[in-house]
Amino acid sequence: MIEVKSLTKNYGTITAIRDVSFSVAPGEIVGFLGPNGAGKSTTMRILACFMPASSGTARIAGRDVFRESLEVRKRIGYCPENVPLYSDLRVAPYLDFVAEVKGLGRTERRRQVAEVMERCLITEVQHRLIGRLSKGYRQRVGLAQAILGDPEVLILDEPTIGLDPKQITEIRSLIRSLAGRHTVILSTHILPEVSVVCDGVVIINKGSIVAQGPIDTLVDQFFPTARVEVEIAAPPAAVLERMRTIAGVVAVQGLAVTDGGGKYLVESARGRDVRREIFELAAQQRWGLLELKRVGTTLEEVFIRIVAGEQVAEEPSA
Amino acid sequence: MRIWPIFKKEMRLYFTSPIAYVVAAIFALIAGYFFSSIFAYFTLASMQSMMNPAMARELNVTDSVMRPLFSNISVILLLLMPLVTMRLIAEERRSGTIELLLTYPVRDGAVLAGKYLAALALYALMLALTFLYPGIVVAFARLEWGPVLTGYLGLFLMGATFIAVGLFASSLTENQIVASITTFGVLLLLWTIGWSAEYVGGAWGKLLQHLSILEHNDNFAKGVLDTKDVVYYANFIVLALFLALRSLEARRWKG
Repeated sequence: MIEVKSLTKNYGTITAIRDVSFSVAPGEIVGFLGPNGAGKSTTMRILACFMPASSGTARIAGRDVFRESLEVRKRIGYCPENVPLYSDLRVAPYLDFVAEVKGLGRTERRRQVAEVMERCLITEVQHRLIGRLSKGYRQRVGLAQAILGDPEVLILDEPTIGLDPKQITEIRSLIRSLAGRHTVILSTHILPEVSVVCDGVVIINKGSIVAQGPIDTLVDQFFPTARVEVEIAAPPAAVLERMRTIAGVVAVQGLAVTDGGGKYLVESARGRDVRREIFELAAQQRWGLLELKRVGTTLEEVFIRIVAGEQVAEEPSA
Repeated sequence: MRIWPIFKKEMRLYFTSPIAYVVAAIFALIAGYFFSSIFAYFTLASMQSMMNPAMARELNVTDSVMRPLFSNISVILLLLMPLVTMRLIAEERRSGTIELLLTYPVRDGAVLAGKYLAALALYALMLALTFLYPGIVVAFARLEWGPVLTGYLGLFLMGATFIAVGLFASSLTENQIVASITTFGVLLLLWTIGWSAEYVGGAWGKLLQHLSILEHNDNFAKGVLDTKDVVYYANFIVLALFLALRSLEARRWKG
């Protein structure tokens, strides 16, 4: 549905994005992830046909965003960062305007505006001036105008920024409900959001794509080991030495170690659960086993590993 | 072309904010003040002329009331129109709404046309408020409608030109004050450029005179409908709108 090939955008001498390529399948929700200033918004603006790329191509629903801009714009719903809306208009007339600009007829317009307000939970503020709305409501109005006209592709730039936790949950479930019906690309720098909402992820750092794919694949790729955290009250030297002899253990690392005992991170081959062996070892050695738990890998760790890894890799040359 | 929704949105913005009401009220107030003082002066003059038949022959209500009124209104427009047009695009740039507007399936030309027509409609409404004055005159005296109508046509075309220039200036910046000062500067220069025609002389003098807004508006007020004047305004409007369109499209140029 979305195909991006070696997209590059320069602002004067500054390169905002360099050779960005990715694709999104129909009905998929993809998270566009990166630190602030990584080039997320630039990429989205190009996809939304707001500005052209310096080189490379982007196609949405098989149409080029630069050459067939009008055709692409008929098929997308876009909500830019910070949700720019007309403060002096009221919610319902504003949405009516958007629906009309998107080419909906009078009766269809009335039906869709009512439906979209219902879905985005803004029916009760429909007569208020947009300028007087709270951030959460503005965000939802922004989402509502994007959904209007039932576009195939939704491009959402930071849809949950500046919301309170309850609103974040509401917006997320709303976006989640769009899956299947729309293809969604949303940018964020809040990592748990991606794990909750998205099917796949594209990670961008300093203008280049550093990783992409389904979240599980990425986790496997960057964390090929299963990890167990264990706390043992016993002399550390012996503990370290003994645990390294357990079959399947790849590495043991002390996390917070004192003379009397400490916490350790035990990494083993993926799919190999070493908790039983650790327990038996502790029992046999008469160590005090205080804690033993599996550590799941979050996208956050993947992200930090990727972004930090990049920085480490760059340092020698700098 | 989806001009109509853009037009409606702009009208809504003019009328849900106080802009339209304030502009129209101030315009009506100043125009009314000018009218009443011109009319009072004319009444005084016609009283005096009762003693002086030679003066009475010179007196003509169309020439002595409507013509000065039109020229006074055109000065108000020079000051007021930049304020009506300054927000048209600059505000969308400043608030970022332009990013949404231009990513809707609507051509840049339609956006521009909708905005231009909305400002023009507001102006037509303002002008309609002044129909009251010939109405008052006609209650007391015989008015020649020809020059009044051409006078209004002249004012309308002049205002339409001002709006086109203002729209172009507004498309260049995200700062409304910059837009309005630019518009005012350009209009004032075009207004007064004919003055230097006298000492420049020759072909250049003729050119300067032709460029002058004042020069062309004068004919309408006199009741002279010349295609040359209409073409002057039409050219100006087309040029300014074309430039505005180019400036709006500039973001699509590859950088």
